[in-house]
Amino acid sequence: MSFLRNLAGGLRGLLRKERVEREMDEELRGYLDAAVNEKMRRGMSREEAMRAARIEMGGAESVKEQVRAVSWESLVETLWQDLKFGLRLLRFNPAFAAAAILSLALGIGANTAIFQLLDAIRLRALPVKHPQELAAVRIAERNGATGSFVTRYPQLTNPMWEQIRAQQQAFSGVFAWGPTTFNISPGGPVHSVQGLWVSGEFFDVLGIAPEKGRLLSPADDRPECTSAGVVVSHAFWQREYGGDESIVGRKITIEKHPFEMVGVAPASFYGVEVGRNFDVAVPLCAEPTIRSEFSVLNRRDGWWLTVMGRLKPGWTIERASAQLRVISPGLFEATLPAEFDPGDAKHFLGYKLGAFPGATGISDLRATYEDPLWLLLGLAALVLLIASANLANLMLARASSREREMGMRMAVGATRGRLIRQLLAESLLLGLAGALLGAQLAHVLTRLLVSSISTQSAPLFMDLAMDWRMLGFTAGITVLTCVLFGLTPALRATRVSPGVVLKSSGRSATSGPARFGLRRVLVVSQIAMSLMLVVGAILFSRSLQKLATLDAGFTQNGVLELDLDLTALHLPAEGRAEFKGFVVQQVRAIPGVESAAEAGVVPLSGNGMNRQVLVAKGGQVVEGKSELNEISPKYFATLQTPILAGRDFDDRDTLTSPTVAIVNETFARKFLAGANPVGSTFRVKSESKETGPFQIVGLVKDAKLYELREEYLPTMFMAVAQKQHPEQDETILIRSQVSLFSLISALKRTVQQINRGIDMDFTPIDRLVEVSLQRDRLMARLSGFFGVLAVLLATVGLYGVIAYMVERRTSEIGIRMALGADRGSIVRLVLREASVVLGLGLLIGTAMSLAGSRAAATMLFGLKPTDFATYVLALASLSAVAALASFLPARRAARLDPMVALRNE
Amino acid sequence: MADKPSGLVQGTLDMLILKTLELEAMHGYGIAIRIEQISKGVFQVNPGSLFPAFRRLERAGWLKSEWRDTENNRRAKYYALTALGRKQLKGETREWARQAAAIARILEAES
Repeated sequence: MSFLRNLAGGLRGLLRKERVEREMDEELRGYLDAAVNEKMRRGMSREEAMRAARIEMGGAESVKEQVRAVSWESLVETLWQDLKFGLRLLRFNPAFAAAAILSLALGIGANTAIFQLLDAIRLRALPVKHPQELAAVRIAERNGATGSFVTRYPQLTNPMWEQIRAQQQAFSGVFAWGPTTFNISPGGPVHSVQGLWVSGEFFDVLGIAPEKGRLLSPADDRPECTSAGVVVSHAFWQREYGGDESIVGRKITIEKHPFEMVGVAPASFYGVEVGRNFDVAVPLCAEPTIRSEFSVLNRRDGWWLTVMGRLKPGWTIERASAQLRVISPGLFEATLPAEFDPGDAKHFLGYKLGAFPGATGISDLRATYEDPLWLLLGLAALVLLIASANLANLMLARASSREREMGMRMAVGATRGRLIRQLLAESLLLGLAGALLGAQLAHVLTRLLVSSISTQSAPLFMDLAMDWRMLGFTAGITVLTCVLFGLTPALRATRVSPGVVLKSSGRSATSGPARFGLRRVLVVSQIAMSLMLVVGAILFSRSLQKLATLDAGFTQNGVLELDLDLTALHLPAEGRAEFKGFVVQQVRAIPGVESAAEAGVVPLSGNGMNRQVLVAKGGQVVEGKSELNEISPKYFATLQTPILAGRDFDDRDTLTSPTVAIVNETFARKFLAGANPVGSTFRVKSESKETGPFQIVGLVKDAKLYELREEYLPTMFMAVAQKQHPEQDETILIRSQVSLFSLISALKRTVQQINRGIDMDFTPIDRLVEVSLQRDRLMARLSGFFGVLAVLLATVGLYGVIAYMVERRTSEIGIRMALGADRGSIVRLVLREASVVLGLGLLIGTAMSLAGSRAAATMLFGLKPTDFATYVLALASLSAVAALASFLPARRAARLDPMVALRNE
Repeated sequence: MADKPSGLVQGTLDMLILKTLELEAMHGYGIAIRIEQISKGVFQVNPGSLFPAFRRLERAGWLKSEWRDTENNRRAKYYALTALGRKQLKGETREWARQAAAIARILEAES
């Protein structure tokens, strides 16, 4: 009630302001009249009565001000006045306003963009019903596992999933899923789409309603289903079918098998993997049909699934974990792969299942990008701090020049709080403009960031809509920066005694040593923070450079990977090797092709396989793990990896000839103590069987296998011609000098001439390298950008302070010159001042960088975070820029005309 | 602001104004004089605190105001109690009496 009345009264006051003011005037006048009359009645003369009444009353204006202060609407009003006044001031100083807003916008924009990405990858809950009830079920501490691993998240096997579904009690529903890619082309060039293997409960447990048709249910996921129904995503429906209404019931070809599309998932649903979207969801039971001979569905050592569940009411993560732990021993006993050796089996039986919070879903991006993004957020925060310090400096300078205005206003009755409010309104105005521009900038920056970490094979899909967290973050940093750069100058500016200010006519009172000291402290901290950013920038770009110029052991440029799928040809197992060899021959015959060879594993593709090997050396047997690649002759010539001893594979190596192998230097070092391995033999253990012996016929130079950062791994190469069970796909590496475009079209023609049923896909190897350096490039680029920005801002700050110092000491310089000081000594005088500030900043900055750069240690390659050369370079470049920034005002000081300088007083 | 009436506990001024208006509507100067007279000059009320108090009490809904002619044929703003104001006065008087009696008892016990 009373609140409403207050609101109504306030609104009346705002809307009918003039009338309210007029009434107040009249009331006060009436009061004064009444007081005068009363005093005259007591016998005072009219003049005396007037005087006494006026003294009693005090200033009419100040009474009115106090009455206004009672009501809330006056706050709104003064705020409005302050904003208008601030706007006018900023309009008078467009250069100041533009510089301030731009530097704030850059700082806020960079912070917001990085935070937005972090929010999307790490913090945001899945867009499903009650996401906080979801939990992931996986083995708590797996510490390695044995078997085949497919999909991005090979956490559990299908037999385990079936046991979990049967035995768990904590969840009202559980589901299993795994990401994959499907070729949906009926023939010819491969058409890859993002696929999901899902158990029948998937959509139900997540609480997803279909957009069209129906979603999958447990009835679709029956064992040995041959033609299951599949669900497509909204995006896929729009992209591939143009949103055609008649999609439900139509067929789609997945890996050459027809499936019926039974429904479309809603647009908001992208699965439970953050950062990716799916195109087609297929029930688990269809896996044997689609993967045929590579099926892992019923394999106890086939890891490919992730399990999640929705907690029953009243169940917590801890209680669910406890129940899962209880069923673990029996569950792993029942799913133990029969072929495991005793060591592997013991490890396997020790596994314990656990439940983990699942509201934010799952993402492999977290492992790769979460730490770098937090680090980048830290760097961006430094940039914003430097920008704030710059603004604070500018505001302080303005405060000095406005102190007469402040003194005057305080003298006529303004309270200090009122003046601080007004100065803060100015900062708020700048902050607001900076935030608005920053938000626009962030919009662009985020998209740039996303595209720079997206890849062709795993395109990134991000929900970048504004949410409360984003808004809160942007608003929070804006207010914080406003307070940072606005409050101290405002407090300083209003801490003047009106009398002192109004009396001192020329020099300002705020230019005293204390005031100037604060400005120097600001510049010192700016230089220190810039140094940190410059060190970071140099560290990351040197790390990237080291990676990019690294000797990978092979030449990446000019090599094309050609993937062929021969499934449609239905080749008998014994004819495959010969057919593949024929294809390679045909490829080599294409004009412009220098060499071509088959490869089981393409270096830097992220794929690989390893085996346990037993090497007889002297009387002993050395056992250990070695990487394996199965290749055809000319593989090393194609990748330009030198053969150091022995020979390459050739036509002599066939199914019937003795089995041979080529090893790399690390293999020779690890198993043969670095001796020339040619002529030695070893055996290979696989699935508890031993094969061999393999005779080593060649030694090759070390090369990177999985990624550029790795240490060289012991690797053995075997001849595809000696392989017992050749697969139905073939990978050929091709080195050529002709353009990629004409090479690809020539390859297409050649392959189609051999057989029209062969699927093919092309990947230039240097693109693999590019992808593997994505994170490093991102770090180098962004930290470089922040570094340049920081140096720019700090330079402006230093220039401002030195220029101000020169102006303040104009008369002193004039006297010195009049007394015979030459220009050089004046320049030295100014530079000495600058070098104190710079030196202090660099000293503090070096200490802070040494402490802070440790956070980057794991992201760097080939250099330590305390790399000496980096620090020297950073210190030198920052000093050079700073010297230039202080030399300009120094030169101006030296060119002063002593007469002019002295008259200035 | 340091211009509070002498010895006036904050919040008491509001009660004094309400009490003064209990019998009849009055204008600002009349209220100030009445408080001064009844308190025998102990409380001197100046406009700097009186007028903000009017605004405050009006906003709270305890006072209403209207423009009337004075005895000297001038226009003045007359303040009067509302029903809510009367209730507030009763409550505050009771509370004041209770507190004053309690303080008096404490002071007597002390001596």
